[in-house]
Amino acid sequence: MSYPTDLKYTKDHEWIRLDGGTGTVGITDFAQQQLGDVVYVELPEVGTQLTAGKVFGTIESVKAVSELYAPVSGEVLEVNTGLKDHPDNVNSKPHESWMVKVKLANAGDAADLLDATAYEALLAK
Amino acid sequence: MTDAAPASLKKTSLHAAHAALGARMVPYAGWEMPVEYSGISAEHIAVRTAAGLFDVSHMGEVEIAGAGALDAVQHLSSNDASKLQVGQIQYSALTTPEGTFVDDLLVYRFGPSHYLLVINAGNIDKDVPWITARAQEKVPGIAVVNSSDRYALIALQGPRAQEILQTLTAIDLPAIKYYWFAHGEIAGVRGTVSRTGYTGEDGFEIMVPAAMATKVWDAILAAGKPHGLIPAGLGARDTLRLEASMRLYGNDMDETATVMEADLGWIVGWKKDAFLGRDVLHAQKAAGVDKKLVGFEMLDRAIARHGHPVFHGGKQVGVVTSGTQTPYLKKALGMAYVPPALSAPGTELEMDIRGRRAKAVVVPMPFYKREKKG
Repeated sequence: MSYPTDLKYTKDHEWIRLDGGTGTVGITDFAQQQLGDVVYVELPEVGTQLTAGKVFGTIESVKAVSELYAPVSGEVLEVNTGLKDHPDNVNSKPHESWMVKVKLANAGDAADLLDATAYEALLAK
Repeated sequence: MTDAAPASLKKTSLHAAHAALGARMVPYAGWEMPVEYSGISAEHIAVRTAAGLFDVSHMGEVEIAGAGALDAVQHLSSNDASKLQVGQIQYSALTTPEGTFVDDLLVYRFGPSHYLLVINAGNIDKDVPWITARAQEKVPGIAVVNSSDRYALIALQGPRAQEILQTLTAIDLPAIKYYWFAHGEIAGVRGTVSRTGYTGEDGFEIMVPAAMATKVWDAILAAGKPHGLIPAGLGARDTLRLEASMRLYGNDMDETATVMEADLGWIVGWKKDAFLGRDVLHAQKAAGVDKKLVGFEMLDRAIARHGHPVFHGGKQVGVVTSGTQTPYLKKALGMAYVPPALSAPGTELEMDIRGRRAKAVVVPMPFYKREKKG
């Protein structure tokens, strides 16, 4: 799978789609491959304040638990409740299965993110 | 998560076959082993509904042979090996004098005075000197041989296992009863076929010379493909064994838990005069145990895993030993040590999952039991 160029990425394997002052966050195809079959996604409530680089939730596969790291700081505007019943969508459609939408607190956070080329280079290391 | 396996890891004779199948390899008990090929859930379901093929060549084999072999085996293991006929197998524990587990194992009676013990990969370095010393303290000079590198072990598990394997062997497979074995040729390779496994499903474990393993593996995969057979890794092996409530050494039992505490009284030869740990186990049978392994099901949406604390009435009462989301039953299940007073099915427990409490209830084991044919 190639990495969409309209997304930005973190070294912790989250993606974010930036649209004006909001960002839509999920995990990358590489991350879901490493996790294997996802069975639970635990997400924050709407209104929670996220801090860039800090844990905002957990994702659990049959074999392990991993933490989700916020790519940017800001307030959670919306949570993808559909993942509660269909956590496996994270495996089948990782770049469409968003987890939270965030109102960016600092526009400058975006500067620290990787573009698709840089992310693929990171994976190739 | 992306780190390459260190060069010191051992490889089974099927390593190249796993690479060709696109397996994800992980370090396990000193070996580089396939954890999954197509995904743990898919492999798990295949074993429950069709068949799966596992490389379990990392398991160790130790042979005890010669006059007095039975006495040696009786001394160092909990079950009553005198009940074994040639061709029969039993599940047993390698016990400490305290009645705890050095390991759990299968005991094969190969000949009148020849036993083969199948032990856990991660325990080979500990078990071989232990078995040798215990066997020879009982029967001076008895031969104890570590055959672990000689054999490859392939597990073919699932309801279609017999019809798949029968296309490759003249051995009368229906004549092999549960926990019995036979010698013969499989795909032209001389080996041993036992009706055993670690999945809760019907199936076979096939022991062949390591150098011939790839030939047998490839032949079984090809023969099984029309029947829905797929290769399966250690990930599915773990979820399958847990769903079937089979204990895993290092998780559910170890040198701190006795055979009775692990609720495996059925593998104790109660009529045996003497064996390592006998006195402790008899005392616990009479007076009861302080902790007991139970099965639980999560009531809240969460998975309690190995090491998570167990609470009841606001205080910690035990610890989770294994837990996962089981792909076939689709429940979050696990095992935990709790005081006997809290071991009855229906007892509510609280699991501490990374600082959050989640409700669980004690349920009977096994969680999954296959439907017997006929």
